[in-house]
Amino acid sequence: MSNTALVHVEHLTRYYSLTCAVNDVSFDLARGDVLGFLGPNGAGKSSTMQMISGNLAPSAGQICIAGVDLLDQPKRAKQSIGYLPEQPPVYRELTVDEYLHYCARLNRIPRSRIGAAVAAAKDRCGLGDVGRRLIGNLSKGYQQRAGIAQAIIHNPAVVILDEPTVGLDPIQIREIRALICELGNEHGIILSTHILPEVQATCNRVQIIHHGKLVFADSTRGMEQRMNPTSLLAVFKHAPDMDSLRQIAGVDIAERLTDGRIRVHYSDTDPAAALVEQSVSHRWGLHELTPERRTLEQIFIELTCSETPVSEDAA
Amino acid sequence: MIATIAARELRSLFLSPLAWSILAVTLFIFAYLFLSQLEAYVNLQPRLAALNGAPGVADIVVAPLFADAAVVLLLITPLVTMRVLSEERRNRTLSLLFSAPVSMTEIVVGKYLGVVCFFLILLGLLALMPLSLLAGTELDLGKLAAGMLGLMLVIAAFAAIGVYMSSLTEQPTVAAVMTFGLLLLLWIIDWAGNSRMEDSSTLAYLSMLRHYEPLLKGLFSSADVAYYLLVIALFTGLSIRRLDATRLQP
Repeated sequence: MSNTALVHVEHLTRYYSLTCAVNDVSFDLARGDVLGFLGPNGAGKSSTMQMISGNLAPSAGQICIAGVDLLDQPKRAKQSIGYLPEQPPVYRELTVDEYLHYCARLNRIPRSRIGAAVAAAKDRCGLGDVGRRLIGNLSKGYQQRAGIAQAIIHNPAVVILDEPTVGLDPIQIREIRALICELGNEHGIILSTHILPEVQATCNRVQIIHHGKLVFADSTRGMEQRMNPTSLLAVFKHAPDMDSLRQIAGVDIAERLTDGRIRVHYSDTDPAAALVEQSVSHRWGLHELTPERRTLEQIFIELTCSETPVSEDAA
Repeated sequence: MIATIAARELRSLFLSPLAWSILAVTLFIFAYLFLSQLEAYVNLQPRLAALNGAPGVADIVVAPLFADAAVVLLLITPLVTMRVLSEERRNRTLSLLFSAPVSMTEIVVGKYLGVVCFFLILLGLLALMPLSLLAGTELDLGKLAAGMLGLMLVIAAFAAIGVYMSSLTEQPTVAAVMTFGLLLLLWIIDWAGNSRMEDSSTLAYLSMLRHYEPLLKGLFSSADVAYYLLVIALFTGLSIRRLDATRLQP
């Protein structure tokens, strides 16, 4: 199992009547990955997660969980999934203990190990004190924890959490994030959220989905490289070749963007002055120079607020 | 797995006051019906004693009691089955079952058996009433058994229809109304045939009542039993398909 991806999603597409909610999404998730799924409301985050967890049938595409096709062998594939939907699926009339016992039975944990599994899940989610209370009487945060406990009780290879920290207080959020990081060591985790710092705090991979399409996929480290080292955006009348730009002191990388602008990455010294000097002496006709400090939020907004409509043509 | 789901269903029923109040109210009505039938029998008894081959307790007390019980259950069933699937859908707990390694068939059959178990408890308590007569008189146990079987089949068919209706909607009350409508229609569908004597056999065959009456008389016919089993299988199958379709959504 070590060489096959825990989750393998290929060309996943989902239509709601004529609206395309998820459009040709493909990705892999390996053991030890914590994948942050970002996107504005209605971007298709939840739909994608519902499909991976078997709650929604895709219109097209393939999903493999731990090497087992979810659509061909749903029962086998679902043994490796723990899923927390947007609303925790708890029965208000049961106590936490009863509920977790039921979930353990549903997930086919052998009778002899149920007690231990329930205790472990409660312990991990900080539910130790409320085991005998009715879920309906618990606060939203504790209900959410019960939902998370339900998702990890059978120690699944893949844990899918749809906005797990919604409705929690700041201390609980920190606890849940710590739990997610801890789970990430041995499981593969897919996490959806629209809280951007959460992604930076917990995830090692980021995907941004917009109008049903994956518009960004990178490791958190790669993303931070895009954010931290400041860069310059330059627009020239007569654009120089990239090599001569790289000659300028301090410039690490120069890249030509699709819209004709040029991005200059630097790490130590700001090459702005040198760039202007060179531009004048070589008559490049520099007429725009913007320092760039990108944050995840900027990346997010840039990707999701683009005017190009993606979903309309699908209809 | 089916047993797990059925057990939780039954447990949830008894965790709400609904199950208890239904048991209390129906048993009160059953007891009233039973006692009034018994009184009728006691009044008739001197005349019956003179007859040869006169109808016994089973005919005069048990058969009418069970016939009326079926009508009471027709009114009660929608209340019990209405929330079985619709409430899971409404509370978004269905995804717990969907993401667990259980098939749609197991979910539906489990839920259905949970409801049927509840009614079996109710029928068990009902059966105690005629059985109490054994203390003072003789009872045709064969007829009683046929009546019990009939009532069990009727209620199992009711429950299957109720579970299906519950799978159709998010609103428990809507499910209850639809269940009640269909049950009542199936119960009285042969009335149309009664008024015009010709060509009513199909409608009469569809009527649940027509298949129940022979069993109350102690007449066990496999055709009648098959009718109920077919109704149960049909509506359970429809519920499974319906639940599977929620994943497909338009």
